[in-house]
This record gives sequence, C-alpha cells and structure tokens, in this order.
Amino acid sequence: MSGPVLDVRDLWKIYGEGEATVHALRGVTLTVERGDYVAIMGSSGSGKSTLMNILGALDVPTSGAYLLDGVDVSKLADRQLALARNRLIGFIFQAFNLIPRTSAVANVELPLAYAGVRPKERRRRALEALETVGLADRARHEPNQLSGGQQQRVAVARALVTEPALLLADEPTGNLDTRSTEDVLQVFDRLSAAGRTIVLITHEPEVGARTKRLIRLVDGRIVHDVRQAALTR
Amino acid sequence: MSFSEVVRFALRGLAANKLRSSLTMLGILIGVAAVILLVAVGNGSARAISDRIEALGTNTITVMSTSRGGSALTKDMADSLVDPVLAPDVKSVSPVVSASATVTYEGADHDVNSFVGTTPGWFAASNTPVARGAAFTQDDEAQGRRVVVIGPTVAEELFPGIDPIGAQVTVGGALFTVIGVLDQKASTGFQDANDTAVAPLTAVRQVLTGYGSLNSIVVEAAAPGKVDAVQSQVSAILEQKLGNSTSYRLQNASQLLQTQTATADTFTTLLGAVAAISLLVGGIGITNIMLVTVTERTREIGIRKALGAPRRTILTQFLIEATLLSVIGGALGVVAALVGSSFEIVGVRPVIVPSSVGLALGVSIAIGLFFGGLPAARAARLRPIDALRYE
Repeated sequence: MSGPVLDVRDLWKIYGEGEATVHALRGVTLTVERGDYVAIMGSSGSGKSTLMNILGALDVPTSGAYLLDGVDVSKLADRQLALARNRLIGFIFQAFNLIPRTSAVANVELPLAYAGVRPKERRRRALEALETVGLADRARHEPNQLSGGQQQRVAVARALVTEPALLLADEPTGNLDTRSTEDVLQVFDRLSAAGRTIVLITHEPEVGARTKRLIRLVDGRIVHDVRQAALTR
Repeated sequence: MSFSEVVRFALRGLAANKLRSSLTMLGILIGVAAVILLVAVGNGSARAISDRIEALGTNTITVMSTSRGGSALTKDMADSLVDPVLAPDVKSVSPVVSASATVTYEGADHDVNSFVGTTPGWFAASNTPVARGAAFTQDDEAQGRRVVVIGPTVAEELFPGIDPIGAQVTVGGALFTVIGVLDQKASTGFQDANDTAVAPLTAVRQVLTGYGSLNSIVVEAAAPGKVDAVQSQVSAILEQKLGNSTSYRLQNASQLLQTQTATADTFTTLLGAVAAISLLVGGIGITNIMLVTVTERTREIGIRKALGAPRRTILTQFLIEATLLSVIGGALGVVAALVGSSFEIVGVRPVIVPSSVGLALGVSIAIGLFFGGLPAARAARLRPIDALRYE
C-alpha cells in the first residue's frame, strides 16, 4: 500500500448553536506519511484533543473529509467504523483507560478478541506486545497493581497488538512522572524506529522535541508545521 | 467474535463484581421464591380444607340438634326420614349417638373422644371406610351385639404391635368385641378424627347413652347432585314433625365445601398479591442495579468501542450479563421454593401451583432483560467519545 496513512482535508468541528457556538477546528488540512512520527502541540482549547478524537474515529467532524489509509472514515456506518477502529487505529489515552479488574494480558488481548483472533494466537500476540513494551513479567497483574507508567505501557501494548496503520496517543505522558514519561517515550522511539506511524498530542516541549515533525495548533488552525531532526540520545 | 466468547466476557463482567452480582441474584431469588411459596401455601391450605370437608362425606346432610337438653331428634324421626314417597332421593339414614367413654383392654385404658353408636349405613354415608376386619352388620345392630370398630388412634394406644381384631375390650362396664379398625382420616379442626370407636346404635344406647334423644342424623343422598333436593325433602318432613325449626339445624357438606373453597381461593389470591408485591420490589431492585451497573460502566463501554467493539457485541455482552443474573437468580428461587415447599409452613403443607413457577420466573427474567438491556442499548449507541467522557 502506498499513499499517506492520514489524509485530512478542511476539517471543521463546531460545538453548540447560536451564541454558544464554539469553533473547535477551523479547516484543518493535514497529511501524514507512513513511518512518520508527529507531535501535535498547542495550548488547552486549541482544538488538539478534538482533532485527535476525530482522527481516532471516536468523534465525527462537522464538515471535511478524513481518509484513513485511503478509506473515507466520515462516510462509514457504525459496523465499519468499529472495524476501522479495530484494524487501522491504535489509540492511547491520557487516562490509560484500561478495563478495571482485568489482567494486563487480557486488556491487551481485547482488541484481538473483537477482531476475531483465536484465543491461542491472541495470547501469543498479546504476550509479544507486552514484551515489546517491557512488561512481559507483569502480564497477570491487574491495572490497580501497576504503576501509572506501567499502565500506560500496557495501553501502548494494547494499541499496537493489532498492528494498526496508525498509533494515536492523546497526551500519553500527561498523567505520568518524569521517569515513567521517559519509559513510555522510549517505547515510542523504538516503535518509530521499527517503522510505525505515530501521531501524538502533547503540551510538553521536551516530548514534542523527540518527534520527527512538529505541528502547532492555535485556535483550531495549524500555524506551524516543521520537520525536525529526531534527537539522538 | 464468536458467541461463546461474548458469554465468557459476560461471565468475566459478573465475576468482576461478585458481591453486587450475588446481591442482585439474591433479590430475584427472594422475589421468585416468595411468589411460588406463598401461592403454594394458599393452595395447600385450600387443598387441606377441601380434604377435611370431603372426609365428612360430600353426599350427606347432617341433621344436628341445637337444643342442649331434651333433644328433638329421636329414633322415630330418623325412621320417618326413610320414606320413598316424601323423600325419594334419600339413600340411607343413620341415626347417631355419641359419648366420650373409657375403653379398657388388659389393664390399659384409653379415653375415646367420641364413642359413636349408629347403623351400618353410617360407614358409607360419612365416608369412613374400614381398613381391617369388617364393619358391623344390620343384624348386629338389630340384635344389639356388643361389637366395636375402633379408630387407628385407639388401635395404636391399646394394641401397640398386636392385632386388635377379636380382642375383648371393656366399655362402660360391658364387654365389646373388636371386629375392625377404621382407615386413617384427615382431621377436622382440633379434634383427632381417628380417636373414635363405632358400635351398633342399640348396644351403645344400652351401655352408654341410654334411650334418650339422638345427637344427629346423617342422611345420605342417592347422588351428589341430589343433595339439595334431599335437603328440602328432609326439612319438609322435619317441619311436619316438629314445627319448631329452631331445635335442629341442617348441615350440608357440599355447601360447606363451596363456601370454604371460595374462602381459601380468596386467601390464595391475597397471598399471591402480597408475593407479587415482593416480586415487584425485587424487580425494582434488579432495575436499579442494572441501571447503576451500566451507568458505571459507560466508560468501559467507551473503551471497548474505541478498541473496535461493534455495537451488537457490547449489547449482547450486557444482555447476557442481565440474563444470567435473572435466570440464575430465578432458578435458585425456584429451587428454594421447591425445597421450602417440602416443609410444613404454619401447619399447612404447601402445594406448588405450576403456573406460579412459570409466572414468577417469566416476570423476573423479563424485568432483568428489559432493564438490563435498555440502558446497555443506550450506552452502546453513544459515540465512543461521549461514553468515554461520561462520569
């Protein structure tokens, strides 16, 4: 497959009506190539979370086109949308959003279960994904027995277990301390080096600095879009 | 995603909160068990009452004396009721005298509540068959032979482990020969109906009661449908003889049965209504828990949707959870009711009404499905972002 993973054209998102109308996105146009590592930065209220939710097919835009791996997501029905979320997107939340009282490996297996993968194969791939994020020894732990950084790495493993075209991370380090942030970012670096396409949102400059491309969003518009040399550690 | 997979998800969902799941089930269990058991108790008491009344004989009319002292009922009057012209539907007439008496056998004695003197037709009319030995005959009655048929209680008391037939007992200073033992009979009221002895009328009058008035006259109708006709014929004859109709009373067993059955039905309905309220309360409990469960897990639904769960899979999972809760709870309730019905409750042996089982189970499952399914359907329809933001 060739062509951009993400192709967003003139995206608008408007909340409310009349006096209370809020323009969260005012015509965002963006393409992301395969293997890219993009950070979207912006102050709160700049519309970056809205953009992320639309990119993750969790929300729908008011107008504009959104092609994910060549598929127009805005025209999909619920069933196909679920399929797209499952196969094409790996979403990582700021609040981790692991299913409570469910072991790490079961959490990672979940997207594979919805994809209809056989239990044995599922277990193997889930353990492999946990291995990738360095948590193979915590597979049996439940979320409340894991630290924030570990929970987020489980969430990363869950996002990449289906080998999606695109990894989306909404402030993945927003709830983490410096040490855990470093752990999670190292995982992202490794994934990027392995050729994964990653788009993340952050308001921390040091996180943005590690990516290959930095996009700055102000009042629902892209004001900055620069390539940068990935920092080497 | 296969169905068994969804079932496993649902089981995991239930197991994740064991206390709440089991409390919900307990609520359904109690509701279902209460309905089945209370209706069974009502039904059982109705059954018991009708059994007792049927034990009196449903084809009969009893003429009872109401005045204490010199009763108006005499042997002549009983004889006058055997009249093919005035009372064509009468099958038999049994004059009855009874007294309490002490029966003695080889030093052991037993106080018999009602030592009955009557004619042989009484056994059939009063629905009192002889289990062992034989009833006395018309000839015994005419000759005034001192023979006696004893009730099961008397047989147990005086002849433990011995065959009483042929034994000689002393009653009121006279010797009676035991010729039979009566069948077990359901008791009416507080008196033990099995604590009795029956002997020929002539013998009992001679030995115990004297030749005064009768206690009652049992009139047997030719057929169950003729009971009312017999009643009017009997009262016509008695009216003619006595004039004063306050000194006796006619008791019609089938009328009594009808009244009692109607009362018992009302009782059953009342118990059923109380139980239905408890099922309703249980149902509201289920509804509440389901609402709370789904609301609390709206976030989880959002996560699952974000991971690519189709709406139907989520809905199925929650529906199965609700179904499992209500089906398991309901089934346990049925089991509890079945176990409970094998015990006597306030002196009544409950008799399960099959339709109450179906109804209680059906209602509880319907409530579980509806109120478990409705909020789940609502949550599954939400956009994932709204479900995720839900607090």
